[in-house]
Amino acid sequence: MINFQYTKAPSAAAAVTAMTKDKSAMFIAGGTNLVDLIKKGVTNPQKLIGIAHLDLNKIEKKNNRIFIGAMALNSDVADDEMINKELPLLAMALKAGASQQIRNMATVGGNLMQRTRCPYFNSIDMPCNKREPGSGCGALKGYNRMHAIFGASDKCIAVHPSDMCVALAALDATVHLTGAKGKRQIKFSQFHRLPGDLPQQDNTLVKGELITSVEVPENNFTKNVHYLKVRDRSSYAFALVSVAVALIIDDGMIKDARLAMGGVAHKPWRLNDTENFLKGKNASETVFREAGELSVKNAKSYGYNNFKIKLSANSIADALKTAAAKS
Amino acid sequence: MGNDNSIDEHKCTDETRRDFIKHSSLLTALAITPATLLKAAVNEWDEKASAFFETVQVSLKVNGKDHRLTIEPRVTLLDLLREQLALTGTKKGCDVGQCGACTVHVNGKRVLSCLSLAVMQEGKEITTIEGISDGENLHPMQQAFIKHDGFQCGYCTPGQIMSAIACVKEGHATNDNDIREYMSGNICRCGAYANIVKAVASVSKGGTKL
Repeated sequence: MINFQYTKAPSAAAAVTAMTKDKSAMFIAGGTNLVDLIKKGVTNPQKLIGIAHLDLNKIEKKNNRIFIGAMALNSDVADDEMINKELPLLAMALKAGASQQIRNMATVGGNLMQRTRCPYFNSIDMPCNKREPGSGCGALKGYNRMHAIFGASDKCIAVHPSDMCVALAALDATVHLTGAKGKRQIKFSQFHRLPGDLPQQDNTLVKGELITSVEVPENNFTKNVHYLKVRDRSSYAFALVSVAVALIIDDGMIKDARLAMGGVAHKPWRLNDTENFLKGKNASETVFREAGELSVKNAKSYGYNNFKIKLSANSIADALKTAAAKS
Repeated sequence: MGNDNSIDEHKCTDETRRDFIKHSSLLTALAITPATLLKAAVNEWDEKASAFFETVQVSLKVNGKDHRLTIEPRVTLLDLLREQLALTGTKKGCDVGQCGACTVHVNGKRVLSCLSLAVMQEGKEITTIEGISDGENLHPMQQAFIKHDGFQCGYCTPGQIMSAIACVKEGHATNDNDIREYMSGNICRCGAYANIVKAVASVSKGGTKL
């Protein structure tokens, strides 16, 4: 591992200032992804600015909105009483991610910022437009079993690895930031981006901006929710595909629906068309199967991940069925 | 280590000539450094100061003993424990956060020491496998692993035991499914999983305060 300088930021403002004036600096919170990337030589920061200790770890409710501090640990959010009661979908998604040891280190802000686990990105011997723009995409015609079926480009077919973010996308969260030009907010759907011609940009953050919290508006998705994660082993593995479902069912009819997928795109993949299809329909297995088929209508696979299209349709149907059956 | 509380930090390391030159250069540098710069370095917040040194000081408590060490910022907690403190009970398996062999407790929470930078553990209390027994009396989880034959080669065992103790304390070991889920961050290539679950369950059901 290369050596680097480490400084512990005394405040969020000082962290932003230090980051803004030093191009080679990076924030480090839990470090569960960044330390790994530095060891592999994928990321080579000259300076790390420690932010994990900043007073940004509260989980609280203000004006019917739940605010989760960017430095809150994944494990603390997953086990928080209010989160389990009011945002059970988020708690389920968090518990499906990584291991307890990693959740005890990883922060909510860091979870948003984690990089793809694409093996071509993570190996400096391989071409990768995300790691080294212009070097090509090794996955496009390579071993792409874990890769995207939605929204990819000929420059990059990597997927975002988070589970937590899939639930936050479904729950219409907002990301709060502070930067050199002051505070701003980004809608969750606008935070992560599709690869297009700039796969090196995972998100829409400006250099020096620091995530301070994630806000989730009040909702009634407390009963018929489910997070289904399909993976190569039953725990501690990244998703082949995952599905976050939140339904409001009244007398057998779907009043409201939220649906998002993980493991299928460069960002958490919200399925708005399927949500609209579901609203007003009966909560039946036939409808859920149709919803699954509709969701993959525009999917595109790349060889080794052809199986993901059928798997996605089936997983959506299964997740809807499981969520609807909860009482 | 026995009961000797006085630890010579350098006893465990082979000081090479290169290290000697590095250290003596640092001393020379310190001698000619203005006091204000030194003060800034102590506060860890002056770019010129932090750029000036290639090593930093870190103070932490390991198994109840205080240590003050000089390290490079890139040193992981795992390497600090093994290479500088000679606490080799904590194992290096994959070194990239995929196997759990390096699991230790930091302020009572289980974490992966291979992905933790030592410099970020300032002021924290670390517990390793060497710190859980009461003298010659094994920790209840150690006894349970022996009783239920929860290992074969033993390489993953320190990590498994540190993880298992935390798992019971967290309240995530009330049934076998939960134990399997919450112990999934510890991989055992010998496949002793069935007996590991039995060991964890026996301690959890036994109700011993850990």
